[in-house]
Amino acid sequence: MITLDNLTKIFDTDRGVVTAADHINMEVPQGEICVLLGPSGCGKTTTLKMVNRIINPTSGRVLINGQDTTDQDTVSLRRNIGYVIQQIGLFPNMTIEENISIVPKLIGWEKSRYLKRASELLEMVALDPAIFLKRYPNELSGGQQQRVGVIRALAADPPVMLMDEPFGAIDPINREVIQDEFLKLHRELKKTIMFVSHDIDEAVKMADRIAIFKDGKLIQYDTPDDLLSHPANDFVKGFVGRDRALKRLQLVTVSEVLETESSVVTAEDSLATALQRMDDAGYERAIIVVDGHDRPVGYISRSVATTTKGKCGQHSYNLRTVVRPEDDLRTVASKMFTHDATWLPCVSEQGKLMGVVTQRGITHYLGATYKSSRSDDQSIRRIRVAT
Amino acid sequence: MKKLKQSRFFQLPALVVVLLLGVYLQRSGLIDGMLFYWEDIVYLTKQHIQLTAISGTLAIAVGIPLGVILSRPRFIKVSEWAMQGLNVGTTIPTLAILALSMSLLGIGFIPSVFGLFIASLLPIVRNTYTGLLGVPAHLKESASGIGMSASQMLLRVEIPNAAYVIFAGIRTALAINVGTVPLAFLIGGGGLGELIFTGIDLFDTEMMLAGALMTALLAITVDILVAACAFLMVPRGVNPSRA
Repeated sequence: MITLDNLTKIFDTDRGVVTAADHINMEVPQGEICVLLGPSGCGKTTTLKMVNRIINPTSGRVLINGQDTTDQDTVSLRRNIGYVIQQIGLFPNMTIEENISIVPKLIGWEKSRYLKRASELLEMVALDPAIFLKRYPNELSGGQQQRVGVIRALAADPPVMLMDEPFGAIDPINREVIQDEFLKLHRELKKTIMFVSHDIDEAVKMADRIAIFKDGKLIQYDTPDDLLSHPANDFVKGFVGRDRALKRLQLVTVSEVLETESSVVTAEDSLATALQRMDDAGYERAIIVVDGHDRPVGYISRSVATTTKGKCGQHSYNLRTVVRPEDDLRTVASKMFTHDATWLPCVSEQGKLMGVVTQRGITHYLGATYKSSRSDDQSIRRIRVAT
Repeated sequence: MKKLKQSRFFQLPALVVVLLLGVYLQRSGLIDGMLFYWEDIVYLTKQHIQLTAISGTLAIAVGIPLGVILSRPRFIKVSEWAMQGLNVGTTIPTLAILALSMSLLGIGFIPSVFGLFIASLLPIVRNTYTGLLGVPAHLKESASGIGMSASQMLLRVEIPNAAYVIFAGIRTALAINVGTVPLAFLIGGGGLGELIFTGIDLFDTEMMLAGALMTALLAITVDILVAACAFLMVPRGVNPSRA
């Protein structure tokens, strides 16, 4: 857990006094990723660097797991905090192995232990230790270097990590891959992470909580979903973008909007049965055809069922695509647009039908959060009119 | 590969030229003439090496720490002035430095060593200083962010990353040093300058050449030695000659 208590930094520059961080109060709970987000010069990096005292706070305190770090010796403080920067900062004079082993070596681990750790960590980010341990940083690609940068910060197993735009210098394709890898790693290791970014998409993807900064002030500190659905003011609204409702799509998984499909037909059923079941279940457009193992194999549309006679197996359309319960809605929406579909079946790992995702279900889910606040909005509007 | 082929292409003519040169020297009696001074050559070469070794080691031993100190942030105001002073110092001809050294310490071995030490100090300090300042800021931030103390950062990150530049300074310094030692003869320091200057005075080409060729040979040897040291001691990741 990282707690910032009235953390303030005032720089004395030639152009006068600049308040880079103004009484920042926030708390990053154990095991969560908190993304500090904002335009350049908003104080997010300053705030991050005050945690490991690369920048000394003017006033205020930083507590790590409840312990005040103000009087702690900087060297030992920093050895307990993983630190990753945008320029990666691997030491070019050391091999990858030496780079990863630095902190364990500094805190006095035995040689066999830190060498083993270096191999383990490389394997965790899918780099073969046999190949990479003895290489030098300049022999690695940017993406590989940043992976090593991240595992170097993890080497001594610090409870807390600070990351300053760690994936900012990596090309978009590799960035996605590394972000996914990092999230996977995070789910295993559960570090408390403070992460600076200026990219709202990255923040929405990575964060458990997002802190929006402007001019040294913390404007809003919320979960990504709350931030996107209820931006605190116009600045936040502008920053998260006009497509903020769409950005929320990637925060929701299929399982949350899944409508369980109780009525299905098999290939042997007649079209009349299919029509009957559609009517009973209230399906407007179509009904899914499953095989003997509950796996979806096609669908019968209402128009076919009403105009044709015969067995379902002969008149079913092929399913163009299916989704999985852990897919996010952004993927689902993309598939819907690609295949011109208003609904998609969702299957389990074994391929069994679990239900369907419908466009209406998605819009309903995303809209639900606004309904409660609509009345507030109207009352505000009324007040504005009155004044 | 291309380089290799090229060097092979030039190897044969070069060998022929060296052979012809050898034959010519032998015929003209120049080699016999030079070998006449063999005992002097051995003795003076030893002296020459001694002068270089002592003054060079001193210059390295003083120059690197001085460069390190000047590169520390708390000395940054002083170091700008100091580096300007050193730059001006570099423009003073080495002969003048020896002359100044003589006027300060008299003649003999010690003023020679001192003069040579001063002459070779400048490139070492300057390269150490600029090499350390050239270490990218993000490496230093990364090092301190990881929890290295200032001295750990200096020894494990800054110096290794500046090593190539520092070695370049040492190489320059020692090249200047070996080439200046003959002048030390003028203030009573001995060395191969004795053969060169006496040879010039006596119009004795063989004597002069014996000193000059030996000096040249020494300079090349020292240069190769320092280059070899740099090759072995600068870590592979920051060593352009091993990339």
